[in-house]
Amino acid sequence: MLAKRIIPCLDIKDGQTVKGTNFLNLRQAGDPIELGKLYSEQGADELVYLDITASHEGRKTFTELVKKIAREINIPFTVGGGINELSDVDRLLNAGADKVSINSAALRRPELIDEIAKNFGSQVCVVAIDAKCEDDTVHENGDPRIDGEWRCYVNGGRVPTEYLLLDWAKEVNERGAGEILFTSMNHDGVKRGFANAALRKLADTLTIPVIASGGAGTKEHFRDTFIDGHSDAALAASVFHFGEIPIPELKQYLANEGVNVRL
Amino acid sequence: MKVAIVKYNAGNIGSVENAVRRLGIEPVVTDDAELIGSADRVIFPGQGEARSTMAYLKAHGLDQVIVGLKQPVLGICIGMQLLCRHSEEYDTDCLGVFDVDVKRFVPKVHEDKVPQMGWNTIEGTKSPLFKDFGEREFVYFIHSFYVPMCDWTIATTNYIQPYSSALHKGNFYATQFHPEKSGMVGERILKNFMELRG
Repeated sequence: MLAKRIIPCLDIKDGQTVKGTNFLNLRQAGDPIELGKLYSEQGADELVYLDITASHEGRKTFTELVKKIAREINIPFTVGGGINELSDVDRLLNAGADKVSINSAALRRPELIDEIAKNFGSQVCVVAIDAKCEDDTVHENGDPRIDGEWRCYVNGGRVPTEYLLLDWAKEVNERGAGEILFTSMNHDGVKRGFANAALRKLADTLTIPVIASGGAGTKEHFRDTFIDGHSDAALAASVFHFGEIPIPELKQYLANEGVNVRL
Repeated sequence: MKVAIVKYNAGNIGSVENAVRRLGIEPVVTDDAELIGSADRVIFPGQGEARSTMAYLKAHGLDQVIVGLKQPVLGICIGMQLLCRHSEEYDTDCLGVFDVDVKRFVPKVHEDKVPQMGWNTIEGTKSPLFKDFGEREFVYFIHSFYVPMCDWTIATTNYIQPYSSALHKGNFYATQFHPEKSGMVGERILKNFMELRG
């Protein structure tokens, strides 16, 4: 049986991880390769590296970093941030990334998904969707309803679009994306769990895997998104970077709870 | 040790090159028949689609080079499928080293997503390729087509149904999963391949 995946996400600026870590055993806490290796050794199933620099120089630095990651890391990794056209995808895959994650560029020009799938294969194309539930009605568990409108945002969640989550996710699926990475803006950073009602709707509707993002605070939250949210994978940043949830402990817990994970 | 990685129009070849380097071996990535023929080990890797890759191999004479190899050869992913007789992917005739036909995954329930993408177990391993392996080990897969169980099966994975996740016949070995992306388990497989008695 295919295992549920745990995916740490590293934000990169000028070649360094942005969010601090308290891993004392790292030579340099900000070194994205050291951190990636540590996660890999601890049992992370994949890694995501997000380039949050905007400058041209920053892009070059990031591409060089991707080459180094590819040399050192022996598990799959996805890169994202600032991918606007096919040539960006080509550059990052050539540098050794296994997958690319696109977000705003896909909403601005959806054909980019078809082009990536056709030129490089669906499996390399992760479409990240940032969406916000605009219905104030919140269930007791803090989970906004999917039937309230979930609107897709671009530019790091700053600009609303005309797209609703489920419509866009279906279109992304049909255009040939390999996976969807859904971040609930309502849940992100709050550490009260993932948007499981919305995730379940996506996972039960789409024919491609869904990665849950936004809201991880405890080990139980991961269990809930796999069992209640039907998520195929769960992504988190700070709970891993700050050592709040060690990955080996998380995976053992999930296995004990009946979730199929790679141990 | 001289390791040749077959260069052709498939993706992901750089990942295999990096993985071999992590073993402390500097491989050569080449489509040169002599370099491939004289290597101690040949890796036939890649991610891609059967028809266009077969067409490329034939156009460059690499089809004959590969089937004629006498040293240990390791096919990976599409490399494994191309070593079979035929693929349902665009109804493509392949190299025929393994007398078995490649099928398309047909989902039975909604959870059976295609491609299979992620970590799954290999079981029932029987080959020096899997020396010192436990009962079940996780490895990384990305594929939409599969090789059914057959006489050459040396590892089994269950996705939709049990199928061959590795094959062996004579000097030819093949894995459907990506050892170059399968963490320490994958590194052990590549190391075992290098240590096979040629």
